[in-house]
Amino acid sequence: MLFSSPAGRQDVCCVISGAAGLGIQTVEDMLARVIVDEGFCVFGSREYMSRVRGGNNSTELRVSSEPVDALIDRIDILIALSRNVRQNILERISPHTVILGDRDELKGELEDRGASFVHIPLSSLAKEAGGAIYSNSIAAGALLGVLGLGTEGAAAFYRDRFAGKDDVVTKNIAALEKGYGLGAPLGGEGGVLAGRPRSKGGKKTILNGSDAVALGAMAAGCNFVTAYPMSPATGVLSFFYRHAAEAGAVVEQTEDELAAINMAVGASYAGARPMVTTSGGGFALMAEGLSLAGVVEAPLVVHLAQRPGPATGMATRTEQADLELALHSGHGEFPRAVYAPGTMESAFRLTQEAFASALRFQTPAIVLTDQYFVNAFHNLDESALQWLEEPSLLPETGGDYRRYEDAPDGCSPMGVPGWGKGIVGADSHEHDEVGHVYEDFHLRTRMQDKRMRKLDGLTARAVPPRLFGPGNYRNLVVCWGSTLPILREALAGLDRDDTALLAFEQVWPLAPSSAAMLEKASFIAVAEGNSTGQFARLLRAEFGVKADKKILKYNGLQFSVEEASAMLAGALPAKGGDR
Amino acid sequence: MENKLFDLAGIEISWCPGCGDFLILDSIKKALAELGLTPLDVVVVSGIGQAAKTPHYMKSHFFNGLHGRALSNATAIKAANPALEVIAVGGDGDMYGEGGNHFIHTVRRNPGITNLVYNNMVYGLTKGQASPTSPRGFRTATQVDGVQSAPFNPLAVALSLGATFVARAFAGNGEQTKEIIKRAVRHKGYALVDIFQPCVSFNHVHTYKWFRENTYTLEGHDEGDFDAAMKLALLEEGPFPLGTLYCKEGIAPFEETLAAYRKDKRPLFQREAPREAAREVLAAMGR
Repeated sequence: MLFSSPAGRQDVCCVISGAAGLGIQTVEDMLARVIVDEGFCVFGSREYMSRVRGGNNSTELRVSSEPVDALIDRIDILIALSRNVRQNILERISPHTVILGDRDELKGELEDRGASFVHIPLSSLAKEAGGAIYSNSIAAGALLGVLGLGTEGAAAFYRDRFAGKDDVVTKNIAALEKGYGLGAPLGGEGGVLAGRPRSKGGKKTILNGSDAVALGAMAAGCNFVTAYPMSPATGVLSFFYRHAAEAGAVVEQTEDELAAINMAVGASYAGARPMVTTSGGGFALMAEGLSLAGVVEAPLVVHLAQRPGPATGMATRTEQADLELALHSGHGEFPRAVYAPGTMESAFRLTQEAFASALRFQTPAIVLTDQYFVNAFHNLDESALQWLEEPSLLPETGGDYRRYEDAPDGCSPMGVPGWGKGIVGADSHEHDEVGHVYEDFHLRTRMQDKRMRKLDGLTARAVPPRLFGPGNYRNLVVCWGSTLPILREALAGLDRDDTALLAFEQVWPLAPSSAAMLEKASFIAVAEGNSTGQFARLLRAEFGVKADKKILKYNGLQFSVEEASAMLAGALPAKGGDR
Repeated sequence: MENKLFDLAGIEISWCPGCGDFLILDSIKKALAELGLTPLDVVVVSGIGQAAKTPHYMKSHFFNGLHGRALSNATAIKAANPALEVIAVGGDGDMYGEGGNHFIHTVRRNPGITNLVYNNMVYGLTKGQASPTSPRGFRTATQVDGVQSAPFNPLAVALSLGATFVARAFAGNGEQTKEIIKRAVRHKGYALVDIFQPCVSFNHVHTYKWFRENTYTLEGHDEGDFDAAMKLALLEEGPFPLGTLYCKEGIAPFEETLAAYRKDKRPLFQREAPREAAREVLAAMGR
């Protein structure tokens, strides 16, 4: 049997690799849609080089009867569209991997690897189909054939995606069917997925991290989005450009990040609910504007999608090394909240929460994601998405209105210019209650205390970390942000009844209840995607808790489940033993 | 008639005695009052510098932000609530130096705001260094051998980028400055008024007397003639023309081109969260 590997496994893992510009993303969208419509679950993750054409990129698709949401190394089926397959893929080819590729294109590459190499004449078939650009549809057809998922769903997808371009639709469907004819005999009776349970209905929504953040923002009433394009944060800007009219949102690509954040703060002053979206380098440029939002007490949400630094770093790769930047960016002292969603559901909910806390406490809130997270996607049930309370509209100001009136919780009633009888001021200097620059040392202390009191409210509101695994744990694995599903799956695979996972999705301020959860453990390992252990350092500073082990990755790629599993197995104390 | 509508009571103004900024402030307040505006209709936006203190010295809504960023703040305030009359004020260092990139792109973007630049060709707040508009050879405590760089030409730059209202005023001509500001405020789209302003403490070259002797009022000039305007803007030696060099109406300002206002004319602060639209977008992801 050609495909022995997937039998007995929870999921089938397919990887498609090829040069940029071959239309892999369209095929990826199509395959995901078909897989889900056929009653299976899908998880997808993309890794790509910083180039528009050429190179070699890959997309992983995990197909399963049960929900899947984490990156793995194992490849059951590899479809190679182009030669010069990169080392990160070659390393993942195991003796069980079946490789499909065109001998003429690959020129001998991959033939001696994996369980077997199956030649599919992509180039010649593509030529017959109408040109090289159809090779992706042929390959996708072959994969659908191997899996046994039929061609109807794919045809419907093409008709919808290329509506109005009948020639493109016809040629793509013909190409797909050619590929299907080659793939179907390879997959055996009914295809590789034969016999696996399918679910009818439910979990039909396919969401990636970028869209989860953008949709959460839209749900929260975000109506002002400014950005300078920067990978991997641009998806949120594109989303809002596409939906600007329905969202009723002002969307503008600015000349630089300084304009982006200063526009956002200006809009906030005028009563908009603004967001900027950027990556580390752009966020570094926004530092002064963030500080401005702090002192003028402007509600503002920053989506910070991390990629490796320093400086330009690796433009299309992933890392979790901007935690400390997010925590400390901006001169002077002002309160902020920082969220780091670990799942699509969390990204939707916590982006709303970021808006809610920014509006409630009139201060910046940051949503920290990363390249892995914004590009990863999986199917889910729409009902799994939580809609938080809608923002209330601002009241009119009275004639005696003062923007920075003292308040027990530090939050002065917010008014906006042009709504009511009051004058509304804002000043980047230290200012009096009206907002005029005024140098008085008592006033300064009073105003600084007023602003910082908001941190108490933010702390009381902080989202507590999520615990997975036994409640009576002895060992605790701690993570934050996008690694949650990966560590959850890795730990589940280790089958340890003495070890739990504590996943933080708000990283500032930390929920006070976290302290007891950390102190209960006799051994703590902190896993994160940077080289120095930034979150471990934060836990020590905040709670005096020292990590016994740091599990770090910073090569530009996300942890895989297998890799995390091996690192955890090496780090955790022996079962029942002392550390 | 003395109109005190925009006067702010009980303030101490920190400009030097004799500063041209006092005269500009007076022209602004009179212009706004004569246009029938009230302090509740107007937002004065500024960055950092002596000129940027203006919003603290008059009665209106105000946003005093960061050095160089007033045009970004102002553009956004106008975009968030187009009913507001938004005026961005600042000096030559603030608008043309620190904020130079925003100046360029704000002209291109063409928001319906008024940009008043108090151009004294020197840095006042930081005590006497050269500014982007200081002429070559201008000596200061930091430019000890005189300015080496060519001076920034705001009028020519704005014209070259498609600005639809470009004017030059002189603080010492209060009545004329007031009239130019009125036209700039009424103009639909971005309006630049570069205002010659004597700095009595740090610029001993460009004094009231110098400006009087080196300027003249434009007469018989066709404001719709771009080439003529550009020629005037490019004059390197005085006398420099005062008045509206260029004015073109009928181009939709930035805020009117936004998709945000296609279906809904309300300012952003009056909008509920678009829950139904968000649910529709989400539903499309399930198809």
